[in-house]
Amino acid sequence: MIGLLLRRLLQAAFVCWSIGTLTFILLRLLPGDMEFRIAAGRYGHDNVDLAAAEAVRAELGLDQPVWQLYLNWLLDLMRFNLGDSLVSGLPVVHEMLHLLEHTLMLAGAATVVSLLIAIPVGLYAALKANGWFDRLSLMVSAFLRAQPIFMIGLALILLFSLELRMLPVAGFDGPRYLVLPAISLALAMAAVSSRVVRHSASEVFRSAFFTFSRIKGLTFRQAFLRHGLRNCSLPVVVFLGIQLASVIEGVVMIESLFSWPGLGHGLAHAIFSRDVPMIQGAAIALGLIFVGLNLIVDLTCYAIDPRSREAA
Amino acid sequence: MRRVKQLNGSQQIGAAILACLVGFAFLEWLLNGTDPAVQNLGNLFAAPSLAEPLGTDQFGRSMLARMGAALRLSLLLSLVCVLTSATIGVALGVLAGWREGWIDRIVSFVLNMVLALPGLVLILLFAGLAPGSLLMLYLGISLVLWVEYFRVVRAITRASVASSPMQASRMLGFGSFYCFKRHVWPALLTPVLTLAAFGAAASILALAALGFVAVGLRPPTAELGLMMVELFPYYSEAPWVLAQPVFAVFLLIIALNLLAGKTK
Repeated sequence: MIGLLLRRLLQAAFVCWSIGTLTFILLRLLPGDMEFRIAAGRYGHDNVDLAAAEAVRAELGLDQPVWQLYLNWLLDLMRFNLGDSLVSGLPVVHEMLHLLEHTLMLAGAATVVSLLIAIPVGLYAALKANGWFDRLSLMVSAFLRAQPIFMIGLALILLFSLELRMLPVAGFDGPRYLVLPAISLALAMAAVSSRVVRHSASEVFRSAFFTFSRIKGLTFRQAFLRHGLRNCSLPVVVFLGIQLASVIEGVVMIESLFSWPGLGHGLAHAIFSRDVPMIQGAAIALGLIFVGLNLIVDLTCYAIDPRSREAA
Repeated sequence: MRRVKQLNGSQQIGAAILACLVGFAFLEWLLNGTDPAVQNLGNLFAAPSLAEPLGTDQFGRSMLARMGAALRLSLLLSLVCVLTSATIGVALGVLAGWREGWIDRIVSFVLNMVLALPGLVLILLFAGLAPGSLLMLYLGISLVLWVEYFRVVRAITRASVASSPMQASRMLGFGSFYCFKRHVWPALLTPVLTLAAFGAAASILALAALGFVAVGLRPPTAELGLMMVELFPYYSEAPWVLAQPVFAVFLLIIALNLLAGKTK
């Protein structure tokens, strides 16, 4: 249990260090003078002159040797000082907290909806394995998986916002705005996880212990609740952990599509406006969410499966 | 040819779709001389005709030429990414699985570093620090993809090095290269090909996704994701034009997923 926590803590430190280093190195590798680029980002490309570049250089201490800049960069990271946004001038940490809230809301809602779709669909498909429902759900899932996730979002926007005019197109101003982004993300997730639920459930239904519990005289319901549920939920939870990476990727896409004020949109926006501290901040925040979700998955597995406790 | 016959039904369908797309992209390049960037503002959203089999887009550019260019871009990028990441991943995987020791530890360290981040965020970082550069996209995508090959290849290599046929070969005095060719490579081939198909699909999706959030390639490059964003505002005027890149990505991904076969 403690080893588990420590491992994820190490991973979190790793994320911060590797993103910090990567941003630092890539920043140095870019062609052109840093101070000119930052000045261009701040004042616009038409207002850059030598004086502006010199002011930036003096303010940010860019004339120090590289290793010293790198050390300062890491020290700032360790103090959670991510610097100020080059565009808005506000502290990055402050902006991140605002964005984080919205991202967590979206990711949470999407996960819940995807489970609400995936579990019933997967279980029913497993009960009637190779029946018409099973094959239909396989086809729908293959169809959804062959789309980039933003196509699902676009199709939903076309249908519900532009044609039926039921829901707002984009932005954030109340719970109604959550519906479409959450559903598009959830559909993409459920496309895969419903198949995992179906496979693990049908394994359990065909297993010797399940047959035995039925022969013993338990009703299907009793046997499923007592013997089936825990066994078939383990692969699903483990898989959710693997799927998390694609959830984070989906968040980036869907937030950009729906102009959802979250981290993914923030990251894409920061990249577009060359705001390096914001890029670093958003990437670190997304990385940390990833680690945090992985930790939750680990703990859930720990709670579900007593066999893993001796190993951990 | 022998390999084609070994494919099952759905894999053959996937291979056929993929062959059609590659054929279209290649023949368009060979036979159609139209420049995908030439605008003709007097001929916007022309319906498909004999002169313009796929119609024209919002600047009157030939969609046939643009689709050909975009498909070539996606296919070539995915091919190069898959080749790079597979070569690196397989080479390092075999080394780490066979020799173990410090090589294994160092590569596993790098692997954990890459895995600590969601893939697209890493690609976005690479893309973001030098926007519009295809080279950065290629580096980012390959960096994310090699991890899978390494993990799988390392595990298989370990198992086959420890297997008794391999031990017997070693004791009979066969060299490392023979052992690799005879015992390790046959076990690697199928999983690596499966991973390659998934990797190609992933890199096509990543390219389209980056184009879509406007941090990938810049207009006027014909790129599938970029074309979707550019054409979306005109969806009610010219749905058939918007449908083309959407359908192309769909076909590419489904063909590669079918080709990859069942995931275990």
